[in-house]
Amino acid sequence: MNDYQSVYLALSVILFSIGALGVILRKDAIVVFLCIEIMLGAVNLAFVVFSRANQSAEGLFMVMCIMAVAGAEAAIGLAIFVLLYRKTGTINIDKFNLLKW
Amino acid sequence: MKFDLVWLIPIFPLAGVLINGLLGRRIEQKNKSLVHWIACGAVGLSFVVTLGLFFKLLGLPADKRLYDFAWFPWISSGVFHVGVGYQIDPLSMFMCMFVTGVGFLIHVYSIGYMWHDEGSYSRYFTYLNLFMFSMITLVLADNFLLMFLGWEGVGLCSYLLISYWFSDLANAVAGKKAFVTNRVGDFFFAVGILLLLVHLGAHGIWSLNFSVVFAHANLLSPHLVTIICLLFFLGCTAKSAQIPLYIWLPDAMAGPTPVSALIHAATMVTAGVYFIARCNVLYSMSPFAMEVVATVGALSALLAASIAVTQNDIKKVLAYSTVSQLGYMFLGLGVGAFAAGLFHVLTHAFFKALLFMGAGCVIHGMGGEQDMRNMGGLRKRMPVTFYTMMIATLAVIGFPGFAGFFSKDGILWETFSGAHGSYILWLIAVLTAAMTAFYMFRLIFMTFFNECRASEEVQKHIHEAPKTMTVPLMVLAALSIFGGYIGVPESLGGSNLVERFLRPVFGLGKDKLLQSAGGPGLIHRAVSETAAHQSFSTEIQLMFLTAMMVLAGIFAAYMLYMKKRSVPETLAANNPSFYRLLLNKWYVDELYEKVFINPLRSISFFLWKGIDVVVIDGMVNSTAAFFMKCGSAWKASQSGYVQRYAVSFLVGVFVLIAYYMYVR
Amino acid sequence: MNHLSFPILSTLIFFPLLCAILLMFIRSEGGKNDELLRKIALVASVVEFLISLVLLKYFNDSTPGMQFVEFAPWVRSLSINYFVGLDGISLWLVIMTAFFVPLCVLCSWTYIKEKTKYFLISIFILESAMIGAFVSLDLILFYVFWEVMLIPMFLLIGVWGGERRIYSAVKFFLYTAAGSIFMLVAIIYLYYFSYKTTGAGTFNLLDLYKLNIPITTQLWLCAAFTVAFAIKVPIFPLHTWLPDAHVEAPTAGSVILAAILLKMGTYGFLRFSMPLFPYASHEFIPVIAFLAIAGIIYGALVAWAQPDMKKLVAYSSVSHLGFVMLGLFAFNIEGIEGGIYQMLNHGLNTGALFLLVGMIYERRHTRMMDDFGGLAKVMPVFAIFLMIATLGSVAVPGTNSFVGEIMILVGAFRAYPVCGVFAVSGMVLGAVYMLWMYQKVMFGPVTSEVNRKLPDLNKREIATMLPIAVLVFVMGIFPGMFLHKMDSSVKYFINQYQQKYEMYEAEKSGNPVATHLKGFKIAVDSDAAFHNGVYSRGR
Repeated sequence: MNDYQSVYLALSVILFSIGALGVILRKDAIVVFLCIEIMLGAVNLAFVVFSRANQSAEGLFMVMCIMAVAGAEAAIGLAIFVLLYRKTGTINIDKFNLLKW
Repeated sequence: MKFDLVWLIPIFPLAGVLINGLLGRRIEQKNKSLVHWIACGAVGLSFVVTLGLFFKLLGLPADKRLYDFAWFPWISSGVFHVGVGYQIDPLSMFMCMFVTGVGFLIHVYSIGYMWHDEGSYSRYFTYLNLFMFSMITLVLADNFLLMFLGWEGVGLCSYLLISYWFSDLANAVAGKKAFVTNRVGDFFFAVGILLLLVHLGAHGIWSLNFSVVFAHANLLSPHLVTIICLLFFLGCTAKSAQIPLYIWLPDAMAGPTPVSALIHAATMVTAGVYFIARCNVLYSMSPFAMEVVATVGALSALLAASIAVTQNDIKKVLAYSTVSQLGYMFLGLGVGAFAAGLFHVLTHAFFKALLFMGAGCVIHGMGGEQDMRNMGGLRKRMPVTFYTMMIATLAVIGFPGFAGFFSKDGILWETFSGAHGSYILWLIAVLTAAMTAFYMFRLIFMTFFNECRASEEVQKHIHEAPKTMTVPLMVLAALSIFGGYIGVPESLGGSNLVERFLRPVFGLGKDKLLQSAGGPGLIHRAVSETAAHQSFSTEIQLMFLTAMMVLAGIFAAYMLYMKKRSVPETLAANNPSFYRLLLNKWYVDELYEKVFINPLRSISFFLWKGIDVVVIDGMVNSTAAFFMKCGSAWKASQSGYVQRYAVSFLVGVFVLIAYYMYVR
Repeated sequence: MNHLSFPILSTLIFFPLLCAILLMFIRSEGGKNDELLRKIALVASVVEFLISLVLLKYFNDSTPGMQFVEFAPWVRSLSINYFVGLDGISLWLVIMTAFFVPLCVLCSWTYIKEKTKYFLISIFILESAMIGAFVSLDLILFYVFWEVMLIPMFLLIGVWGGERRIYSAVKFFLYTAAGSIFMLVAIIYLYYFSYKTTGAGTFNLLDLYKLNIPITTQLWLCAAFTVAFAIKVPIFPLHTWLPDAHVEAPTAGSVILAAILLKMGTYGFLRFSMPLFPYASHEFIPVIAFLAIAGIIYGALVAWAQPDMKKLVAYSSVSHLGFVMLGLFAFNIEGIEGGIYQMLNHGLNTGALFLLVGMIYERRHTRMMDDFGGLAKVMPVFAIFLMIATLGSVAVPGTNSFVGEIMILVGAFRAYPVCGVFAVSGMVLGAVYMLWMYQKVMFGPVTSEVNRKLPDLNKREIATMLPIAVLVFVMGIFPGMFLHKMDSSVKYFINQYQQKYEMYEAEKSGNPVATHLKGFKIAVDSDAAFHNGVYSRGR
């Protein structure tokens, strides 16, 4: 494995960790959402790296898919937040435990 | 008339049931009298057919008098085949004759009795016809199971008719009591039939047909026969109101009086006697069972007579008298005097039906009053009723020359002298005869003599019954006098036609009986046939003795209820506990309630509230609750906060990665 | 054998489903088309019944084998087939199912006021599933129908039921479903076993009959099937779902539940667990006989204690089904035919009782016996029908139950006389509680003003009751018409059972000649005639 690859992978891991911690710790729904996007970005980065390392386009293909999904997610997710905000006046994640049994 | 037409006998009343049952209410609205024309006509036709067949049977030589008409198969499966078929032999014809004959008279009598009743006229006659159908099936059936159909059918009709005036809860309760008590008897009866079937089946005879069963009865072991006979007899004690299952009959007087006359005096209650007579082959094989029958019969006769002495309800007196007379019949059967027992069935049907119908006239005339303490002096107001009832009373107490005398004497003589007889039983029977005379004349004196104790209001309306009611009374009165002369014993110069007629049926049983007479027994004396037929003079002396006892009974009643009318009350007052014991019928009802019914009811409540709801359903629900608890324990982990889920998700991922990196 | 080229069984199974789909497309907002819906449902269910009568005409009662057989592959890779057929054992049950559905539609005419459309759809789906279960000859197919039945029944109780409907519906569903899980495991094991021994796994019942299953395996499999069926019957300690479900279900639901669903259990014993596992079934006789007796007496006593009429009838079912089980496990012709006959009788009598209880519940909105009294005066026609149903239930000679019970008792006395004696006591207790109810409800003075004004049965209700009332007597007096059709099937059943049992017995005692190969051969030979005709045709 070449050096630059490990650098990129390290960057991917760091980004993923930042995203994961953000998802777990932050209370603002939008920030959580951003953190999810960061995680997705980290994964995309890893895909690109491996794609290059393996000299195959499959990884890139996955990246395109993930970006499309991420876009859709962002659209729906933000819409949900807007609605939630309108209904409850807040988007603090701790206020929403509607999924409880 | 061909024997194959025997199916017409039950089918006429059945047609009556269908017509009156389905269209009765419409017929009743248009033309009320059509209802009884149909009902009485149906029974009348049955009687005519029976007569025809009877005379045809008489025309045959004695050993050819058996015809089995197999109509159609009923239940057929595997080895078990039962058909609907009717048997014509002297016994079934004998029964069928008076069942349809007396039944017809009571149907006619019912017209007058029920005409003004508020209840449904057609319903009444439907039930009555259904009863006739069942009773005819019972006596004509050629196999045990079809007889059982009739057996339960008459029980059902009895239930329906006792609770005919169902708006009064007491009547409904009495009806239910009758049915359930009979069902208890039927339990033993059914077990007996099934045992018989299965054990004969073990010898390859899979049949319930009477003639087949009796022909192969020798295959059964004596113990088994005894068990079966006792089971059958228990069934008969329910149907024929003997100890221990007689308790329903007095309560059954809640039904309309013609019903009491037909079902609870003349016909249905004699079904047990008929059945044991039918099974004489089996009973003859078991001396022990015979002894039980005789003893129970004698004790029932005594017990019922003792209760009858204190009763004040006119119908209750007659009811206990019925139990008592049925006891005589069983005594007769038990000592091997099958023909004498059946002869008593016949004469009893005449005079007891007459007594009930007379009582019905009295009740009818008094506007529903049944308490004898409120009657009296009716002799002048209701002459026909008085004279006919007087005849019946003389017949029932066995006054010389009346029907009951000859039949009762047959039983008493056989008890005294027969191979299976016993002096103790004979003494009981004679004592009972005296008591019978006492309470029957007590009834007559209280009802018809002295001054009238009814209220002014009632007195004004006392009237003789209409023609439809009195004519049957007169017919039966004639039969109560002359009916006995068909069975005049040889000692009195008669030829005992009844016994000769029935001999083909009982011949086989008699033979067996003589074989077993030398066998072990508790109270019967082993006497040979020749010795048993002692000189006629002994028989005549005994008759005289019995007649004296009867006269003594009459005299006692005359003294107590005509001359010194204060004595009964002082007697009762001086012996309060004994009087109470008799008045409350030896507390047998209360005993049964305490010992059987109440515990069973408590058990059923315990089973429901204790076992079913708490234990069984509790186990089911606690199984469910257990899984519910498990779920509750876990549900705390489902907090609903996305971030906690994310944490557990991450932890899970790390665990998996760690597992695959380090463990595998 | 099957002279009918028409796929009549499939028609019977799917015609109700088709009706359900048809009803789906009729708009019913605000109940405006309810009358039309009911009429369509009535016509359709009567048509279904008439189709089922065609079975009678073409049924060949001289052959024991499966008739009207239809065969089509369903899931080839697992060799699951759509395989249906009918013999003397299932014939009357299918007809009775079709007989009761029109009555259920009739009795719900005014009883069901809400969501009529969905109610009718549920009934039709239920009918499909019930008939399917009675004719399935493939275990998976049977299992599918068996489970499908639960769903509409669950809805019937849960949506149109009384106050505690949710509790009862869930209890009913979970209890019976829990039992069927065992059956499913056993079915899959059977498949695996047939794969192991013959090299080709099969769910085909007729093929599985021929398997020679080792004794211990048999015991386990039989136990699994028994649990599933015993819950459905229900056999004594597993019965507590029944009163709850009956009491809460609407009339039509109770009727179907009592008349047909309970028969699934007894039918299951007869079709599956007894012929598949003859040795194990024989081993189970003491247990089942004891539980049957316990059920007869226990059910009767508990019924006597009930203040609620519907619950009384429900507990009486426990008692009557005890009789049926006793007959089936007598393993002789009288017992088994009596058992089957008693299934029909119980359906009719208890169905009638539930219908009648439903009728006064609809008028008075109570089922407590203490609220009634003297109704015979107010409702004479009702009184007659209730009397007939009572007599049938009490097994008075001349009614249908008497024939069934006496046959069962004859069978029981042949097989285990002591149990037979105890069973007869059920007849006494039956009279006690039924007459108790009749007296409390119908006799005595009319105590309540409300009761004084109750209307008697109307024409529709009479039309509902009349067929049953007539059948009670017809079946009691001419049972031959019904028994005759099942004769050869039951005889064959007993024959097979005895042969197989002897074979296992010989194997167990280690008799070298009678190894399973020989036994297998006997079994195959004796059904050669029967299978080659029907079975190859299906293929």
